[in-house]
Amino acid sequence: MSTTIRFKIDGKEIIAEKGQTIVEAAKANGVYIPTLCNFEGLPPKGCCRMCTVKLNKRYMTACTTPAADGMEVESDTPEINDFRKGIIELLFVSGNHFCPACEKSGNCELQALAYRFKMMVPRFPFLFPQKGLDASSPKLIKEQNRCIMCKRCIKAIKDDEGRSYFAYQYRGNKLEVILDKKLGKEISDALARKAMDTCPVGSIIYKELGYYQPIGKRKYDKEPIGSDIEVQQ
Amino acid sequence: MEKKIIATTSLAGCFGCHMSFLDIDERILDLIELVEFNKSPIDDIKNFTKQVDIGLIEGGCCNSENIELLKLFRENCNILVSFGECAIMGGLPALRNGIPIEECLQEAYIDGPTVGENKQKILPNNEELPMLLDKVYPCHEIVKIDYFLPGCPPRAELIWNALVALVTGKEMELPYEVVKFD
Ligand code: SF4
Ligand code: FES
Repeated sequence: MSTTIRFKIDGKEIIAEKGQTIVEAAKANGVYIPTLCNFEGLPPKGCCRMCTVKLNKRYMTACTTPAADGMEVESDTPEINDFRKGIIELLFVSGNHFCPACEKSGNCELQALAYRFKMMVPRFPFLFPQKGLDASSPKLIKEQNRCIMCKRCIKAIKDDEGRSYFAYQYRGNKLEVILDKKLGKEISDALARKAMDTCPVGSIIYKELGYYQPIGKRKYDKEPIGSDIEVQQ
Repeated sequence: MEKKIIATTSLAGCFGCHMSFLDIDERILDLIELVEFNKSPIDDIKNFTKQVDIGLIEGGCCNSENIELLKLFRENCNILVSFGECAIMGGLPALRNGIPIEECLQEAYIDGPTVGENKQKILPNNEELPMLLDKVYPCHEIVKIDYFLPGCPPRAELIWNALVALVTGKEMELPYEVVKFD
């Protein structure tokens, strides 16, 4: 049986391997589907809905849906892009994302998506929620004002016994992702840096490193997020 | 072509957006061919003397005076533009949102490490002073705002492109590098 799959995204022919998700297959064929909670090398969670596409008139998350023969996927349409922009705007108003004072500015995926989708102002009212910050670890700051609860850190940052350094705390609108106090005290330098790089926003900050790149040299200063995928073809 | 009339003001802002406006450098000479300034710190006209085409608002609303001034701009300007992060989302002053006013004042005037002599523990409370609002509000949550120019400050290029578009009626150019939030 052949392991090659053929399907279409916005009319463009995509050739995929069996087992690839729509996002992975799109990427391999030079098509960018925006993602946020998804992180290469980690199992997809499908919680942010940034990768929403339309398949058989239904909205699906492209990061969790396996590619299949003959699919006709809609992705880069005004309707879907406005949904995506709406999600970005909701994230901006539901936290306290004050970009000018954030160490991650210029390298932040949420901000980069806002740039790509030309968000000039969120269409929703700002909530200004009261959130805290935990700086008790010698290596890391966990800034709750900026966390979008994508769970990437929980899945990626583990010790030798497979225990996560990060975890959920509370429920409902009190839900937050915290750095375990005890493990946070012992976290190695390499893992602390990895934690910062895993976080799409500025919620995990490696101490004493802020603003190390000048404006103009940061990841998303010159090129929109996703353009590295789009130029491949 | 009749000159368009511009007014500008800074509410709860740091004047950084106005400084960035001046960063259009010698193009200000081209601008002055196309527009006339009315109420603005740039020409120091204190009061509106006629109906204005374009009003630029820097800064959000942190006190009662900001609200009055913003409403005055809305009445006197056909098009109102929020320029800069503070006007758009409160910005730096909005870091106090979520902290009760009493605590803010206590820290600023009595307990803070940089407070000098204040032996009688006086909090500013004169009727001539504007009242602080419960929190800092983005301008578009107070009055209708027509356009938004993000940035801290917005790049001079962005301000220039916006003014050119508003004055000439042509569609605005938005290159990727000029729309930034920092
Ligand atoms: S800290 Fe960062 S990586 Fe972890 S859940 Fe929050 S946003 Fe995601
Ligand atoms: S990237 Fe697919 S749901 Fe978040």
